[in-house]
Amino acid sequence: MKKLLLASAAGALLAGAASAEEIKLGVILGFTGPIESLTPSMADGAELAMKEVSDSGKLLGGSTVASVRADSTCVDAAAASAAAERLITSEGVKGIMGADCSGVTGAILNNVAVANGVVMVSPSATSPGLSHANNEDNGLFFRTAPSDARQGVVMTEVLMEEGIKEVAVTYTNNDYGKGLADSFQAAFEAAGGSVTINAAHEDGKADYSAEVGALASAGGDRLVVAGYVDQGGSGIVRAAIDSGAFDTFHFPDGMISNKLQENFGDEIEGSTGQHPGTDSPGAAKFSELVGDSFDATSPFTPESYDAAALILLAMQAAGSSDPAAYKEKIMDVANAPGEQIFPGELGKALDILAGGGEIDYVGATAVELIGSGESAGNYRQIVIDGGKIATAKYR
Amino acid sequence: MDLFNALVALSNFVIIPAIAYGSQLALGALGVTLIYGILRFSNFAHGDTMAFGAMLAVLITWLLQSMGVSFGPLPTALLALPFAILGTMALVLLTDRVVYRFYREQKAKPVILVIVSMGVMFIMNGLVRFIIGPNDQRFSDGERFIISVREFKALTGLKEGLAIKTTQGITVVVAIICVALLFWFLNRTRTGKSMRAYSDNEDLALLSGINPERVVMYTWLIVAALATTAGVLYGLDKSFKPFVYFQLLLPIFASAIVGGLGSPLGAIAGGFVIAFSEVTITYAWKKVLKYAMPESLEPSSLVQLLSTDYKFAVSFVILIVVLLFKPTGLFKGKSV
Repeated sequence: MKKLLLASAAGALLAGAASAEEIKLGVILGFTGPIESLTPSMADGAELAMKEVSDSGKLLGGSTVASVRADSTCVDAAAASAAAERLITSEGVKGIMGADCSGVTGAILNNVAVANGVVMVSPSATSPGLSHANNEDNGLFFRTAPSDARQGVVMTEVLMEEGIKEVAVTYTNNDYGKGLADSFQAAFEAAGGSVTINAAHEDGKADYSAEVGALASAGGDRLVVAGYVDQGGSGIVRAAIDSGAFDTFHFPDGMISNKLQENFGDEIEGSTGQHPGTDSPGAAKFSELVGDSFDATSPFTPESYDAAALILLAMQAAGSSDPAAYKEKIMDVANAPGEQIFPGELGKALDILAGGGEIDYVGATAVELIGSGESAGNYRQIVIDGGKIATAKYR
Repeated sequence: MDLFNALVALSNFVIIPAIAYGSQLALGALGVTLIYGILRFSNFAHGDTMAFGAMLAVLITWLLQSMGVSFGPLPTALLALPFAILGTMALVLLTDRVVYRFYREQKAKPVILVIVSMGVMFIMNGLVRFIIGPNDQRFSDGERFIISVREFKALTGLKEGLAIKTTQGITVVVAIICVALLFWFLNRTRTGKSMRAYSDNEDLALLSGINPERVVMYTWLIVAALATTAGVLYGLDKSFKPFVYFQLLLPIFASAIVGGLGSPLGAIAGGFVIAFSEVTITYAWKKVLKYAMPESLEPSSLVQLLSTDYKFAVSFVILIVVLLFKPTGLFKGKSV
């Protein structure tokens, strides 16, 4: 009897290794909190990739993928770490698509993911602090959103091409604003430009005459406003125009929306800016794939699809759902050489990988991972022309 | 010529904005100080009373605009102002009837009334957001500038420009009219005199036959008018956003306390002290000095005493200094 049991147990084990399993992936996003309006479509985007892979039946010999959602809250590091701990220890997820906000992402990575050796791919954490140059993350952390440090470099390129050598900078007084302003200042000065003043402004005030007075006194060819369009950023621009301090501005991503055009129109004629965006055919294919089931153009939704897809393709390339094995393959599947893969072609990609071929995952956001595994980022450069936001080019 | 440029740059970035901001603070602080003088408590709901009044003005302005009514080069909101004041008067009289009168009859301590006013603040806060939402609303129309930078440069040929916004002009004019009316009312009319008597000595006032409920009612009516006017002017000059009024409460209280709580003259002086110190201490003087000083002494740094992040700290430092050395404020108000 004992022998029979042993034999059948061994048989079951063998069968398990060879045949399909159910792979669980964690989706940790801030379903409650400051970005709760964005996260539902982000989660839908990630789950769309999982469903596509499950339906193809080609992952690791017919394995299926199940999503387990958890709430990162975006702001509460303790709650987010607890949620991640639960996913890994009691649900047994093999990888995490998330988290979203930079603060909680760092907390989960350091407290939970590294300790348990689980791969994380964040679709939206952009803080330069998450770039792990010295492998502090054991190669477990990746992101399909570019670091804000990258935006500082792109911003410098745009301004330098416009022939602008001297700017004043004002930023919204939080991690995003400060990080972006500092990385821009470093990049701009390295490129030979000069920043006359780098001053913070608080959001939610109505009076910015003191701030604009200081900025005007410092001077510069253009004012860089690293703020939010429906917060203090617009107040600064309004006060600067009214007092004649600056005529043209440069706007990073937080400032670019229809509201900007509505508020100022041709008063900011000739101003420039950039925000993440791509003209890659992937974006259109993603929208087509999604159809009406959720909003495919919502911020970070395509990035979420790409994040989940990268994890699954890396598993296929490694031939295993073990994070320690497939973490090595994420950079390989994301970058050239290989056949380009767009949204909706995950099945084809799994076939190529199963056959030992190479792929270059382009996805919905033209993914290209650089450095320690973060998106190089594609930016849409805009210019205010005739009172409207117009695309200058993509870079 | 260079001295003119220095003067123009200084006016454009310091003097004019500070005068407009100071007028708005002064109007707000007058309301706070009146309540403190007569009802004897610090009304934390004042900021949100301003928001409520301004909200009514925004809604009425939109209605007038949709009916095609305009006020020529002046903003339509000025036409809406009297109606908004009436609405705000109704609201504050209602809160007085429903809330404050109860505590007045109990002879509640001022600290209890302060906490009650915080409750009222949260309710008004919610009411405004409920009706108009938490977002920015734009309601200014008419001419934007009395003189714009471009016009000024063309007119004078100076290198520096000067802009005076219509709203800044209106703010100062309306503030002067309001203050003049208020002082005339307090010093010359029977009701005004009875209000001052009640403020100076409640018992004596009661003995000489002054009806306290009437005094209280008139106080609320005046406060509603001041709060609405201040709220509308602030909203016109900057933009209307409910949360901003809540934050305005701090500099308004600072103004009232620096000037001396209970003293109307002090509230006005306090408003300007706070506004000017916020703007001048955080101003980078480089531009002005560049014009005013000989070339050899030209400053290379920004010549900024404090970064603009510390704008609010400035008002609080002044507040602390005043409370330490002159607890009754600059104009001998009641001590806090």
